[in-house]
Amino acid sequence: MSNIEKYTQAFCQAFDIDEETAKKLKFQDIPAWDSVGHMGLVAQLEEAFDIMLEPDDIVDLSSFEKGKEILAKYDITF
Amino acid sequence: MWNFSRYADKTAAISEDGTEYSYAFLAEHGDKLAKAVGKRCLVFCLCSNSIGSLLGYTSFINHHIVPLMIDEQLDKDLLNSFFEIYKPDFLWASSEKAQNLEGKVVYQDCGYALIKRDDEAFYPLYEDLALLITTSGSTGSPKFVRQSYKNLQANTDSIVQYLHLNGTERPITTLPMNYTYGLSVINTHLAVGATIILTDKTLMQREFWNLFNEQKVSSFAGVPYTYEMLDKLMFFRRKLPYLKSMTQAGGKILPILHQKFAEYAQKEGKEFVVMYGQAEATARMGYLPANISLEKCGCMGIAIPGGKFHLIDDKGEEITTPETVGELAYEGDNVTLGYAEKGEDLAKGDERHGFLKTGDMAKFDKDGVYSIVGRKKRFLKIFGNRVNLDETERLIKTQYQDFDCVCAGKDDAMEIFITDEQKIKEVQSFVANKTHLNFTAFHVHYLNEIPKNDAGKVLYTELSKLC
Repeated sequence: MSNIEKYTQAFCQAFDIDEETAKKLKFQDIPAWDSVGHMGLVAQLEEAFDIMLEPDDIVDLSSFEKGKEILAKYDITF
Repeated sequence: MWNFSRYADKTAAISEDGTEYSYAFLAEHGDKLAKAVGKRCLVFCLCSNSIGSLLGYTSFINHHIVPLMIDEQLDKDLLNSFFEIYKPDFLWASSEKAQNLEGKVVYQDCGYALIKRDDEAFYPLYEDLALLITTSGSTGSPKFVRQSYKNLQANTDSIVQYLHLNGTERPITTLPMNYTYGLSVINTHLAVGATIILTDKTLMQREFWNLFNEQKVSSFAGVPYTYEMLDKLMFFRRKLPYLKSMTQAGGKILPILHQKFAEYAQKEGKEFVVMYGQAEATARMGYLPANISLEKCGCMGIAIPGGKFHLIDDKGEEITTPETVGELAYEGDNVTLGYAEKGEDLAKGDERHGFLKTGDMAKFDKDGVYSIVGRKKRFLKIFGNRVNLDETERLIKTQYQDFDCVCAGKDDAMEIFITDEQKIKEVQSFVANKTHLNFTAFHVHYLNEIPKNDAGKVLYTELSKLC
């Protein structure tokens, strides 16, 4: 699976949504992406890419797009 | 309830954009709003952590208008059913929400609108009834706790005393106003002339932490899950020189986290206070004093000032020996009047007479410090919200009549067993929507048949093996 596929899948799994919805998503757009869901998303991303996100990056992860920028810091390119 | 003129020039609240609102502002604008309402009646208050919501709540309480506190995000069908059942005279909702609500806007202030409902029939209100609030985690039942002015005052006084609150406090809102714990933070801090930082942002957002630093926040409140999130965010590494105290309630925190936060607090010269309560006791019944938080890690604490705990055994006798488990009961002026489940109940008086059986099983040690060891009733705490398992079963069975269902599980993880393999996803979203809680807390499993004994009673112990 490519990085973008893994990344999109993490969102789909964490919030039980389809890929199209995932790609436009921002924090609190849907009930599933609340603070509890956010913890789930972080866990999915950490597992998918075998990384540990820094606290500052966790609170900056405010949208699908923003998350890609953040993961770049962990040498994950899309 | 509050004497705002005592602190007239002090700042009562600061909104997300940094605007400051004085106690004089709350008093003056509260008077105007109460005039627009015009009489003692029932008002649905659609809550958010905003100045409009705070203004409405404080105005109603101070002018003997009865607010029914609900989340502004509440499911529309549920909201409509509550209208039917309680027939409020008015709604107080954000101007944005107001556009989609039936009725005529008769007054507006601070981004909130007062909406007059057309319902003619309204129910008489008991003279000491102050407000109505859910038992948290409403699973669609219209059950509200009836809290009196005496309850609010008594619990506010106790909390102010044991947390040593004063006018220099700057708490940030981390819980909703329609949740008793969140409301008690507001009640107590307005009583001492403190400054409340209002935000609907969560601790998983950058904006929350910016506000936290900019506004020199001195305290926050959290449910067990809040502390799990803080742990994940490596809270202990943050420099928070203005933070003085952290409180925890809404369920039992994991002992390991209790220890971590108590140790951190001790090392940094801050306070970590574990507390215990229920909406049925206004908010608070017990607390673990910060100075023994480490020594008594995992314990719930002692009764709040003015209150008293009792432990009752199977035969209804009071337990007097340490380390003996019994049902925890509480006595105090903050024990609420009772429940309301329909409009007529609003006229009911005090049904509890200051005595409450909590439904929690507890014991006390040789020093008289209590621990919660289990529950008598079938409910879970999910992210701090009480969710009744039998009610959830009923909710699912009412919606889906062609398959069987039972609910079990532990805090923050409900296990739902159904006998239709096709409906797993659907049931999960249904329960999440109805409870307004994150869907990940609900694990739905398929079972060929629900294990029952010969008498048809569900064998819950069998189920717990399957989780």
